[in-house]
Amino acid sequence: MKRIVVWPPYIWLLVLFLLPFALVFKIALSDYAIAIPPYTPTFDIADPASWGATLRAFDFENFQWLLDDKLYYTAYMSSLRIAFISTVLALLIGYPMAYAMARAPQQWRGLLMMLVILPFWSSFLIRIYAWIGILSNEGFLNMVLGWVGIPPLSIMYTDTAVYIGIVYAYLPFMILPIFASLDRMDASLLEAAEDLGCTRMSAFWRITFRLSLPGILAGCFLVFIPVVGEYIVPDLLGGSNTLMIGKVLVEEFFNNRDWPVASAVAVVLLFILVIPIVLFQRAAERRQSASA
Amino acid sequence: MKLSRFNIVSLTLGFAFLYLPILILIVFSFNESRLVTVWGGFSTKWYGELFQDARFLDAAWVTFYVAFISSTVATVLGTMAAYTLVRGARFRGRTLFSGMIYAPLVMPEVITGLSLLLLFISLGLDRGGFTIILAHATFSMCYVSVVVSSRLVSFDRSLEEAALDLGATGWQAFRLVTLPIIAPAVAAGWLLAFTLSLDDLVIASFVSGPGATTLPMRIFSEVRLGVSPKINALSAILIGLVTLGVIVASLTTKRAATR
Repeated sequence: MKRIVVWPPYIWLLVLFLLPFALVFKIALSDYAIAIPPYTPTFDIADPASWGATLRAFDFENFQWLLDDKLYYTAYMSSLRIAFISTVLALLIGYPMAYAMARAPQQWRGLLMMLVILPFWSSFLIRIYAWIGILSNEGFLNMVLGWVGIPPLSIMYTDTAVYIGIVYAYLPFMILPIFASLDRMDASLLEAAEDLGCTRMSAFWRITFRLSLPGILAGCFLVFIPVVGEYIVPDLLGGSNTLMIGKVLVEEFFNNRDWPVASAVAVVLLFILVIPIVLFQRAAERRQSASA
Repeated sequence: MKLSRFNIVSLTLGFAFLYLPILILIVFSFNESRLVTVWGGFSTKWYGELFQDARFLDAAWVTFYVAFISSTVATVLGTMAAYTLVRGARFRGRTLFSGMIYAPLVMPEVITGLSLLLLFISLGLDRGGFTIILAHATFSMCYVSVVVSSRLVSFDRSLEEAALDLGATGWQAFRLVTLPIIAPAVAAGWLLAFTLSLDDLVIASFVSGPGATTLPMRIFSEVRLGVSPKINALSAILIGLVTLGVIVASLTTKRAATR
C-alpha cells in the first residue's frame, strides 16, 4: 500500500511544481521576441534534430541585463531592506505581546491565542484594504488628528504605509512561535534565578530571552521570507517610488510582456531566498543535535 | 499569576492595533455617505447594492467552488504525502519528494504564480476555474501534509501493527485504525486549505483567464480605485462569516475534548 500511495502526490508535484520551475529557468535563458509566446527559441520536443540549435541559442543575456539596469538591483536591495525593517518592527511589537500572553493566567491563554489567530483567518487583502481607509489623506487617522488639532499627515503611498501594512498583516506569524516557546518555559527557572540573587532584568535576558530564541528565529523567518516577495502591500499602500521586487516581476510580465526578464527576476529572487532558508535550517538542526 | 502593568499595556496596545482597523472597516460599512470621513448616518444600503451586483455574486460562486474542490483534492494528496513521509517508506527520489513538499511553503507567491502560468500556457490549457483549482491544490497539499504529518508522528504506531497482525490488509488498517485517529488533523488540514484558497489573490491572478474572476481578484480591482463602501460591506460579511466559523469550530473541538 505504501508504494502505491507515494505516486499520486509525487507525480502531481513533479508536473505542477518541478516542471513549471524548469520552465522558468528555460525562459530566463531565452530571448525576448515579438511573438506568441513572446520569447525565442521555443522548444520543439517533437523534433530532436532541433534540440542542439535550441540549446546553443540559450544565453545569460537576461541576467546580464538585470546587472546592468540599476532598477533591478535597487528593487532587490529595497525589498531586502523593507523585509528586514518590517521583521525587526514585528519583533519589537510581537515579543511583548507574546510575553504577556505567556504570563497570563492559564485559562486566558487559549482565548488570547485565538484572538491572535482570528485576523489571520480573515482575508489578507481586506486587512490591507482596511488601512487604505485609515491612512489616506482624507482617511480616518487624519480625521481623528483634525479633532485634536494636529495637522494632517500624508502617510498613504509612502514606505511608512508599507511598513504599517506589512507589520499588521504578518504580526500573528511573529507572535505565535514566540508564544509557543515562552509557554513551554519552566517558570521555576526564573524563581531559582531570583533566589540566587539575580535581578529581574538580568534574569529576563539570561533565561527567558535565551530560551525564547528558537521562537524568535522561527518568527523572524516566517515574516522575512514571504515579505521579500510581497506584492499586494506595496501595490496598494506603497507609492510609485516604493520599489519591491515582487511588484517589478508582475509589471515586467503583465505590462511589458517581457517573459524572459520576468523569469530571470524570479530565478535571482529564488537564489537570494535560498541563503536565509539554508541558514535557518542549519540553525534548527544545530539546536536539535545540541538538545539531543 | 497576575499580570504586571507592562504586560497589560502591551496586550491592550497590541490587540488594539490588531482589531481597530477591522472595527473601523465594519463601522464604516454602515455609513450612509460614500465618503470615508463623513458619517452620513446609519444605513444598510451598501449591503443591498452588494447583493444586486452580479459581478460580486459570480465571483463569490467561483471562489467557493474553486476553494471547495481544490481543498478536497489537496487533502487527499496531502494526507497520502504525509503518510509516506512519516511512515518512512523507502523509495527512489524520497529526498526530492520531501523537498517538493516543503519548498512551496516558503516560495514567494509571485514565483509560484509565474511558473504555473508558464506551464499552463505551454500545455495549451484554457485558463479559468480549472487552472486555479490545479494551482491551489498544489500549494495547499503541502500545508495539509505538514498538518497531518505532525499528527501521524505523535500517534502510537503499534496500533496499526496490531491491526496488521490480526489479519487486516494494509488498506483496512489505514481505513479502520489510522484514519479515525488522524481525522481531526485531516479536517484541520482541509479547513486550512479551504481558507488559503479563499484568501489567495496573487496566484489566482496569474493563472486565471477571462472566464473566471475570484472574489479577491474582484475586490483588488475595485480597491485599486480607492475606498468603496460596497467593499466595506463585503469585508464585514466575510469577517463575520470567518469569526462565526472560528467560534463554532473552537466550541465543537472543546466539546469533543471534554466528552
